Amino acid sequence: MHWESGVAVELGSHLAPHSTKTRPALNPQQTPGHERCHPLTAKLSDSPQCAHPASFGRLIRTPELGLVCSFLGRKRIFVSFPKETKNKVNAIMPFGNTHNLLKMNYSAEQEYPDLSKHNNHMAKVLTSEMYENLRDKQTPSGFTLDDVIQTGVDNPGHPFIMTVGCVAGDEETYEVFKDLLDPVIEDRHGGYKPTDTHKTDLNPDNLQGGDDLDPDYVLSSRVRTGRSVRGFCLPPHCSRGERRGIEKLSIESLSALEGDLNGKYYALKDMTDEEQQQLIDDHFLFDKPVSPLLLASGMGRDWPDARGIWHNDNKTFLVWVNEEDHLRVISMQKGGNMREVFTRFCTGLTQIESLFKDKGHEFMWNEHLGYVLTCPSNLGTGLRGGVHVKLPNLSKHETFGEILKRLRLQKRGTGGVDTAAVGGIFDISNADRLGFSEVELVQMVVDGVKLLVDMEKHLEKGESIDDLMPDQK
Amino acid sequence: MVSVGIDHATRLYLAVTSRRLPCPQFTFGFLPTVHLHCIFRSSGSPFSENKMASTFARIFSYKRSVRILSLVGVGSLTTGLFLNKEYVDAGSLVRRTYPASAEYPDLRKHNNCMASQLTPAIYATLCGKSTPNGYTLDEAIQTGVDNPGHPFIKTVGMVAGDEESYEVFAELFDPVIKERHNGYDPKTMTHPTDLDSRKIRSGQFDERYVLSSRVRTGRSIRGLSLPPACTRSERREVERVVADALNGLEGELKGQYYSLTQMTDQEQQQLIDDHFLFDKPVSPLLTCAGMARDWPDARGIWHNNDKTFLVWINEEDHTRVISMEKGGNMKRVFERFCTGLKEVERLILEKGWEFMWNERLGYVLTCPSNLGTGLRAGVHVKLPRLSKDPRFSKILDNLRLQKRGTGGVDTAAVGSTFDISNLDRLGKSEVELVQIVIDGVNYLVDCEKRLEKGQDIRVPQPINQFK
Repeated sequence: MHWESGVAVELGSHLAPHSTKTRPALNPQQTPGHERCHPLTAKLSDSPQCAHPASFGRLIRTPELGLVCSFLGRKRIFVSFPKETKNKVNAIMPFGNTHNLLKMNYSAEQEYPDLSKHNNHMAKVLTSEMYENLRDKQTPSGFTLDDVIQTGVDNPGHPFIMTVGCVAGDEETYEVFKDLLDPVIEDRHGGYKPTDTHKTDLNPDNLQGGDDLDPDYVLSSRVRTGRSVRGFCLPPHCSRGERRGIEKLSIESLSALEGDLNGKYYALKDMTDEEQQQLIDDHFLFDKPVSPLLLASGMGRDWPDARGIWHNDNKTFLVWVNEEDHLRVISMQKGGNMREVFTRFCTGLTQIESLFKDKGHEFMWNEHLGYVLTCPSNLGTGLRGGVHVKLPNLSKHETFGEILKRLRLQKRGTGGVDTAAVGGIFDISNADRLGFSEVELVQMVVDGVKLLVDMEKHLEKGESIDDLMPDQK
Repeated sequence: MVSVGIDHATRLYLAVTSRRLPCPQFTFGFLPTVHLHCIFRSSGSPFSENKMASTFARIFSYKRSVRILSLVGVGSLTTGLFLNKEYVDAGSLVRRTYPASAEYPDLRKHNNCMASQLTPAIYATLCGKSTPNGYTLDEAIQTGVDNPGHPFIKTVGMVAGDEESYEVFAELFDPVIKERHNGYDPKTMTHPTDLDSRKIRSGQFDERYVLSSRVRTGRSIRGLSLPPACTRSERREVERVVADALNGLEGELKGQYYSLTQMTDQEQQQLIDDHFLFDKPVSPLLTCAGMARDWPDARGIWHNNDKTFLVWINEEDHTRVISMEKGGNMKRVFERFCTGLKEVERLILEKGWEFMWNERLGYVLTCPSNLGTGLRAGVHVKLPRLSKDPRFSKILDNLRLQKRGTGGVDTAAVGSTFDISNLDRLGKSEVELVQIVIDGVNYLVDCEKRLEKGQDIRVPQPINQFK
């Protein structure tokens, strides 16, 4: 789709805050039956129906020009409802009911969501003042505040599990709505400040050890992360054309991988029954999201168009295309050789990144947030490195939770998040994503799991584990 | 693409793009436009410099004179471009523009009215348009794209976000309406509205067979967007307007409003027991269209003290109005229906609001399948013998009736008690449709009685359609 509207409103955020009284139209070209007011020729003498302040005017919010342009912007949107509507040729973001212009005729207080029963990061942070300040902003692709928070409004959350409650529609979301997202990030990522910088380290040589986790206890090892392709909107907001563009790029790049990374792409909509069954048996297939957390943000749109799975012939390196993020990259194998898993992970990622660069595309990354992904909880490394490990005795120990906390690890059932452990086998992985490098996080997993297995062995023999208790990392 | 004020480390561009847009009233057939994009981008990979404060932004924090000069420079540049009426290709740098052919949905496995009618040509014409409120074609068809449909049941596959959707996207809505409503052509035909219940003849059924009677419809408030597109404040406004009007009802229509957000547990249990409570939609047909957003904000149920007149607010439509009672007195049910509707309309008119209605489409509702009257009049009727007769479906067809289980659409009949109601919504007036139901159900009950006595039944002649 064409990006006509949404001229960098975020530019204004670098200047003196503008008065909300001179709120300009979100989508300028709305005058019934009237040719567009062109940015440079819009005059004060234009008819009152021209509710379009110059895009230029919105762009330049300096005092001197601001006066002129705010005059234009002061006109309310006169949305008339003629029996016969003159069609306006107006390319807008295909998804996002929040482009409804009528909402700007209502006060922020009338639009402010009822968050009284909500328990998620967004609800904790979004005050009505903040809503008022951010409601008329949008990113260049047209993602608005209401788009960001819809999933959090629709899913009040769980008293015990704190969900994030907001998503990004494109890279600029994290800039334009930083007033909301910075505190959410700080809350979610253990106090990460807006001024902090994030270190990226994908050099597997920096990892110490990791190849000697006891395979009698550690059944499998896995590292996953996500990547977003710069210049495209993220899954909540992307159009079909964009999503297909990402798929096409991914296929081209992935098909150029060689050696033990040589593999094949399976598009979800063209898959044969045999291929589908094989992918299910390998535990590779992903399904249309059913979680209302994802559906409410628009990530399930147009399923299964442009979604697919790529994996190498050895079935140790796997990429999901257009599921929750543009790319989800997974490296895994049976046994406890986390080092090998991580090495392949880093090699594969670096190769994929350079293949994308060859085609003129790069991944979304910046110094503050690291790799940019759809959900703020996955910023930074987006990395979850973990193992399936047998800890029947340790898991029953009263200090299990405390131990995990100190090691900065989290437990899940072997079905993934929200599942319970079966047969004393746990999925143990790093709890952090942002503020630590990839190597640091995998190191924590490696060291932590080693200790957990050690403790498990002690408990088997009936020995105490008190002197093995770790310090808080 | 023109770039101004570049600091190469930060790669900030003032992109001036201009596009050809189809616009028939201009002699060239296109209208060149200029749009300004200003994009912040932090550069590159982890391994290169990254400055967050751009040169361009720094311009604005400098002295006035410098600012004005730079802006004038930019301004004249872009003015020059514009005046030349050239067009520059939209930059491929940060944003990609895709032609309609790249955006056209894959509908090969789909079976709904939208998929049958949406050709790539129609998509190309309409995808760049929007209603005055900003509702787009892609939003309208999203539910149909996401729900390919059932081989046996053909869903509509698109919704309207506001009243203007039916105009702006008429090129797609009209064929869909025609397909769904048996050839009704909105371009040439007009829809009759008739809420005069005195015209109903013999509206009392045999209560040994007919257990309950019910008439429902929907109404939308003109000037406010429909549930797929409305914002929170609009939805709250609908609630306020309708609840206000309903509180003005008197006599046998006097009642009370129960907001979903503020309901007490007792109230909730009572509404469940009365079978009045509606739940958050789970059907993907509705959720994909965006109707469940912000649940349960501004949703509620109003009913009169007698529990015979019920209004749902902000569920699938702005309002759903239901008149019902046990037994077979369809005439009285319809009378109350008409009186209630007219009263509500009068009350909102007093406050300066009105219902969405026009001559082509009748009452405008969210789903095209409910246009016209939006009326479904039906009964719960026991037909143990008739339902087993192989001619049952044909009889219903010819009578322009449909059967459902007593749990509503998509449920199976229990104990041979069926929900029998009218098939049509558009092209016939309310009085006509209710009369069709009355005559039809009387016929069905008659058949059932005949079969009881061992007599034979006849398949009736099909009722005249408007086409």
